[in-house]
Amino acid sequence: MSAAVLKTTPFHARTSALCVSHAWRRWAGYIVASSYGLTHEREYHAIRNAAALLDISPLYKYLVRGRDAARLLDRVVTRDIARAAVGQVMYTSWCDAAGKVRDDGTIARLAEQTFRMTSAEPNLRWLETNAVGLDATIEDVSESTAALALQGPASRSILQQLTDTDLSSLKYFRITEATLRGSSAKPRKTPVTVSRTGYTGDLGYEIWLAADDAPALWDALIEAGAPYGITPAGMLALDLARIEAGLMLLDVDYISASQALIEGQTSSPFELDLAWSVNLGKEHFVGKPALAREAQRGPQWQFAGVEVEWDSLERLHAEAGLAPTLPSAAWRTSVPLYVNEVQAGYATSGGWSPLLKKYIALVHLQSRWAAPGTAVEMEMTVEHRRKRAAARVVKKPFFDPERKRA
Amino acid sequence: MSSGYDAIVIGGGHNGLVCATYLARAGKRVLVLERRERVGGAAVTEEVFPGFKFSVYSYVVSLLRPEIMRDLDLPRHGLHILPLESTLTPLPNGDYLAQWNDHDQNRRELARHSLRDAEAYDEFGRLMHLMARAVKPLLGMVPPDPASLDPRDLAGLFRLGSHFRSLGATQFYALAKLLTMSSADYLDEWFETEALKATKSASGIIGTLLGPRSPGTAYVLLHHYMGEIDGVFRAWGFAKGGNGSVTAALAAAASAAGADIRLQAPVARVLVNAGAATGVALDSGEEIRARLVISGADARRTFLDLVGAEHLPAEFAEAIRRVRFRGASAKVNLALGELPDFACLPGNGAHLRGAISISPSVDYLERAYDEAKYGEFSRRPYMDIIIPSMIDPSMAPPGKHVMSIFAQYAPYQLNGGWTDTRREAFGDAVVDTLAEYAPNLKSAILHRQVITPADIEERLGLSEGNIFQGELTLQQMFFLRPAPGWARYRTPVRALYQCGAGTHPGGGVMGAPGRLAALAVLKDGA
Repeated sequence: MSAAVLKTTPFHARTSALCVSHAWRRWAGYIVASSYGLTHEREYHAIRNAAALLDISPLYKYLVRGRDAARLLDRVVTRDIARAAVGQVMYTSWCDAAGKVRDDGTIARLAEQTFRMTSAEPNLRWLETNAVGLDATIEDVSESTAALALQGPASRSILQQLTDTDLSSLKYFRITEATLRGSSAKPRKTPVTVSRTGYTGDLGYEIWLAADDAPALWDALIEAGAPYGITPAGMLALDLARIEAGLMLLDVDYISASQALIEGQTSSPFELDLAWSVNLGKEHFVGKPALAREAQRGPQWQFAGVEVEWDSLERLHAEAGLAPTLPSAAWRTSVPLYVNEVQAGYATSGGWSPLLKKYIALVHLQSRWAAPGTAVEMEMTVEHRRKRAAARVVKKPFFDPERKRA
Repeated sequence: MSSGYDAIVIGGGHNGLVCATYLARAGKRVLVLERRERVGGAAVTEEVFPGFKFSVYSYVVSLLRPEIMRDLDLPRHGLHILPLESTLTPLPNGDYLAQWNDHDQNRRELARHSLRDAEAYDEFGRLMHLMARAVKPLLGMVPPDPASLDPRDLAGLFRLGSHFRSLGATQFYALAKLLTMSSADYLDEWFETEALKATKSASGIIGTLLGPRSPGTAYVLLHHYMGEIDGVFRAWGFAKGGNGSVTAALAAAASAAGADIRLQAPVARVLVNAGAATGVALDSGEEIRARLVISGADARRTFLDLVGAEHLPAEFAEAIRRVRFRGASAKVNLALGELPDFACLPGNGAHLRGAISISPSVDYLERAYDEAKYGEFSRRPYMDIIIPSMIDPSMAPPGKHVMSIFAQYAPYQLNGGWTDTRREAFGDAVVDTLAEYAPNLKSAILHRQVITPADIEERLGLSEGNIFQGELTLQQMFFLRPAPGWARYRTPVRALYQCGAGTHPGGGVMGAPGRLAALAVLKDGA
């Protein structure tokens, strides 16, 4: 029996040496650090204040190539891929025939007929099923391609030291090939692609490279980043940042239509606040007729943000003789939301934003309660007693710094 | 002559005990008559060789109905089900395919064989879950007869009709396919890894003289899948102490409810007077009267042996004669001095705590069936193996092991008939085949017990050794089980009922026939 039942990423030799907390988490069959330090706080603040280095290798990655590569992707996803320029990255979701979201991810146009798609769950079979009759090949490069996210205000300065490619001209959601210098100990150069993307809602980059080059690149980034405070960060820090950025997570904020057991567990792109990514002008794509109908009648649900009012938190805790205490890590459980004693929806992830000093949550609300400013109540348990805290609907993202796009 | 019993249950198998317990709990005075020296029927644990205990016949628990577990409080009566962790399929090329309970571990292993299959696995599981939910109402109800105008049938059909309409098109089409296709063809639509298709399709052929390419086997696949989804929550596993513990718990529940159980009391015939059952006569000549007789024996034995065709309408007797049994399954129980060492995964490990399936390809299974079709046993049989001592160490002396091998095909109607020589020849075929994957097996064997369908018939009274009391094929299920028009546990003989696996919904240590029969009896106000 092979000793390692779970997979380790190409960076494991580095990350495992740093993980003094011994707190690991599963992600797509890999183990990745929950936090490297004993708490995740410093790692979170590195994302917002300096630069955090995150191992995102467990993402599923596919290379789609061929004369009909764009047509294939256009058949599958809701966005208009044909319109993507070479060097452009598009975030999109894709649906089943009923117009319910199966998965979401990014598609980078690496060349005229070459795309790299990332996803949370495996999609090889789904892509191949939809490729029938098309001149396109799909290669699963999930294991052979390593990926790092370098996120935070200092990320550009750090990365620029390693390359002659001018990163200031790399715009938000663009991708470029680059050659990165090695560390002083191992100066050999590494060919990579760099995309200005991320899951933190901050200035940041994602670096895609051959798995074999992974440790060398890690060392080079750590060395170049040290003067800027580069900090390896785990999933707990990332979870807080992505909630602040209003970014949803499969299996936490929604369930894939391919796994839902009842219709109520499915969500359309409209219900996930992704109307902007649905292009009904396209010739055809999976789920289009259902989505066209839904666009006519409007979605029943909305994916929104809420802020819980501090005064209310204080009051509920004071009733028990306590000062407000909130968990330092984000939670990902379903929490009911009420309007006038009626359940109006549910929150799927939330937590205390250390930066905004607000208690925030990502929520699903029936459309009539989803307008920003609407007063809602969120269930919370204080000293074993179930209470309701006052909250209001706000626009996502909760945090949207100018540097993200600048 | 008057025993004072309201009901006599013939046979202390699990269904007889379930039926007796439900009746006793309803205040009936019940007597269970068991032919052997122990209760349990095919769900027994016996110390076949000193220190080595075996679930001699049935060997896992998966379909046991949750309502029975709850109603009869079986855990309080000593039932402890230990989980099986995996299914290992060793392959002739030295590799293996394993299916694990853990999602990540399972996906990684499947991806080693096929990325597509790893991806399809979850969606297939989801569809089967939905299908099992779709069929679930059938398992918990007396099957309505679509040819009947009885208001109860019509009401039942209406309920089912509304239920099936609520499934939606996609699920309804999938169900139609499941009802008509072979398990191999059905799985072909989902997977490309031979060993995965073969191992999954094997569920469709268990206990049946059909191959994975025989139409109709896809449904049987679902029947077995149901245990994983709709049995007792998280209870696919091995009963601590062997499957005798299931029936020991049931017997304890029956006694606690006030039922009497008599062992070594073989029933010779059902006493019939003026078209109604009035009691039974034992082999000893003793007659015991009761207001009702409920038979846990199969239909052939009940009607043709115990009642006698002369008391039955001719058409009914003919229908019973036509019930297909065709036992095809054998058991090989091994006492081992050491663990089998599989070439594909040497040494001890988690893979020995689950099931081991000898099903490398669909062709392999179909070839095994080909031989049986023409009256020979499979020289390279399909096998479903567990090592109970790895799960419950008390099954064997410390450091030693017991191995349970369910093997197919060993047709009841063997050319020339079953003899001691043929029995041992089949045992050799099983051991030789398995030794190709675990080379130390032969030297590890301390004792061997081989049980053919002929042995099962002789010892347990199951006709033709069929483990389900009649093949679990579509033409013998639902309102056709055991005979058209007689699927409601009632019989053409008044005051005579059936409660065995030969009635709806069938076999598999499920207990549902016993419970539903008891409910039918109580509903009749008998």
